[in-house]
Amino acid sequence: MIGWFDANLVSILNGFAIGSLLFILAVGLSIVFGMMDVLNLAHGAFFLVGSYLSVTFLAGASWGGFLTALGVAALVGLLAGGVLSGMTEPLARRPILDQALLTLGISLIVAEVLSIVYGNDVRSVRPPPGLRGSTDVAGDAYPTYRLLLIGIGLALALVVWLVVERTSVGALVRASVADREMVSAMGIDNRKVKVAVLGLGSMLATVAGVLAAPVYGARPGLDETILLLALVVIVIGGLGSIRGALIGALVIGQVESLGRALLPDLASFILFGTLALVLVVRPRGLFAGKVAHS
Amino acid sequence: MLEVRGLRSGYRRSTVLQGVDLDVGAGRVLGLLGRNGVGKTTLVHTLMGLVTATAGTVRIDGRDVTGRRPDVVARAGVGLVPQGRRVWPPLTVTEHLDLAARRGRGAGPWDVPRVLELLPRLGERRRHAAGQLSGGEQQMLAIARALLTNPRLVLMDEPSDGLAPAVVDQIGGAIGGMKAEGVTLLVVEQDLHLAFAVADDIAVMDKGRIVHRSSTREFRSDSSVAHALLGVA
Ligand SMILES: Nc1ncnc2c1ncn2[C@@H]1O[C@H](COP(=O)(O)OP(=O)(O)OP(=O)(O)O)[C@@H](O)[C@H]1O
Ligand SMILES: [Mg+2]
Repeated sequence: MIGWFDANLVSILNGFAIGSLLFILAVGLSIVFGMMDVLNLAHGAFFLVGSYLSVTFLAGASWGGFLTALGVAALVGLLAGGVLSGMTEPLARRPILDQALLTLGISLIVAEVLSIVYGNDVRSVRPPPGLRGSTDVAGDAYPTYRLLLIGIGLALALVVWLVVERTSVGALVRASVADREMVSAMGIDNRKVKVAVLGLGSMLATVAGVLAAPVYGARPGLDETILLLALVVIVIGGLGSIRGALIGALVIGQVESLGRALLPDLASFILFGTLALVLVVRPRGLFAGKVAHS
Repeated sequence: MLEVRGLRSGYRRSTVLQGVDLDVGAGRVLGLLGRNGVGKTTLVHTLMGLVTATAGTVRIDGRDVTGRRPDVVARAGVGLVPQGRRVWPPLTVTEHLDLAARRGRGAGPWDVPRVLELLPRLGERRRHAAGQLSGGEQQMLAIARALLTNPRLVLMDEPSDGLAPAVVDQIGGAIGGMKAEGVTLLVVEQDLHLAFAVADDIAVMDKGRIVHRSSTREFRSDSSVAHALLGVA
């Protein structure tokens, strides 16, 4: 057992890095969907915008560039989420699919614009200075930046969890997920909650794009890959649940990494097999946050 | 206080309210009776703005709130205790009270201590998630949540539904306490004992219209009315 663990340590750590990224991505997607029935299919495109912002601001060259890319990405994400919230508002009383199609259209446009601006080649981004080497982890040399990524991911996960589960703003979000009509009956404007959550959720997506760039680079199609993984995470975890998003992200991170390392031919099958298995056993996900009304 | 004129509304395929006219005077309690499916909940939801009115007007203290969003109606002074209670299961009792008090703080007599005085059971359950409470406790929480917005009009939809008689009495007591503070109430109720105990006036709904209106005393004295309209003795 210990031998197996040793042999696969790098894959396991990679799984944690993917998992913490996926959590940052999925948590915004999940809360927005759980709360407002807005399935934001532009989430992956926002991630890719963050990755390309790292290219633009030469995040790999200096800490100044890296931090500028982070700051600009955060602002762009916040704004994009706000705009998206406004754009989906006229469709708020229409079926979920109508809004999803709108966000899909937006994501296609964003992806097209990115490919016009940055071309179709894979752009790689180096980690900021000082984080380019590797660190010894139980005898294995492991890239230092990825260790940091795991740390940042877990720290962000903790912050998001604390805010949602332990503050009054978080209580408002959880109430909105459970039954937003009753929140509006308290005199609270649902649309303001939606703008805030969609803005912050999209901000997490663009920031995750910057953080991930030194590992995955920036390339056309990355948006779809990331969106698909995040969707699998929230379906497994349950809509609107923080705990579900965390556990779903960690599971899918390992499936992606360990699964690919051990059974490379079956990796996609394992990913969707996990999804199918969870849906058969718990159709509403492991930790559904949403309450169904008749 | 509440003036409803020619109100029509419904859902995608069906019009449920066929022109409702209804008044509730300030500080009065109106009991609204009616068989299952006649449109009582649809009326309550249309008043609150949760269902969109297709015709007619709703006025609160003279202010036209027809077709406004629920949060606007709530800020105009309307509180809702919905059918099925609809508390937020993952939130604790304290979180419910804090959230409800966000907007209404200082706008009227109700604050958390006052509400807990009216509904003492909640005080003992403050750290519990609403999903773990009994039906009666959830109903009290739904009432507390509405009161903390300091409404002048409270719409209650079947508050006694599924509760044991002793708990129904406590709910009735709470309604009395609200009335004593000058809150105007529209109480939809199937339990005639509770309706008669709390209501000054009775209205009866059938097929999307108000078909009877009288004082509670008149209504009780003529059991043939109740029999004809509700199918009860
Ligand atoms: N969300 C909805 N969508 C479509 N039709 C609905 C909806 N809610 C209620 N209805 C229909 O509208 C009619 C009135 O329902 P409503 O809930 O207002 O009746 P009610 O008098 O409150 O009944 P109850 O005593 O059972 O609570 C019913 O025929 C019902 O099937
Ligand atoms: Mg009803």
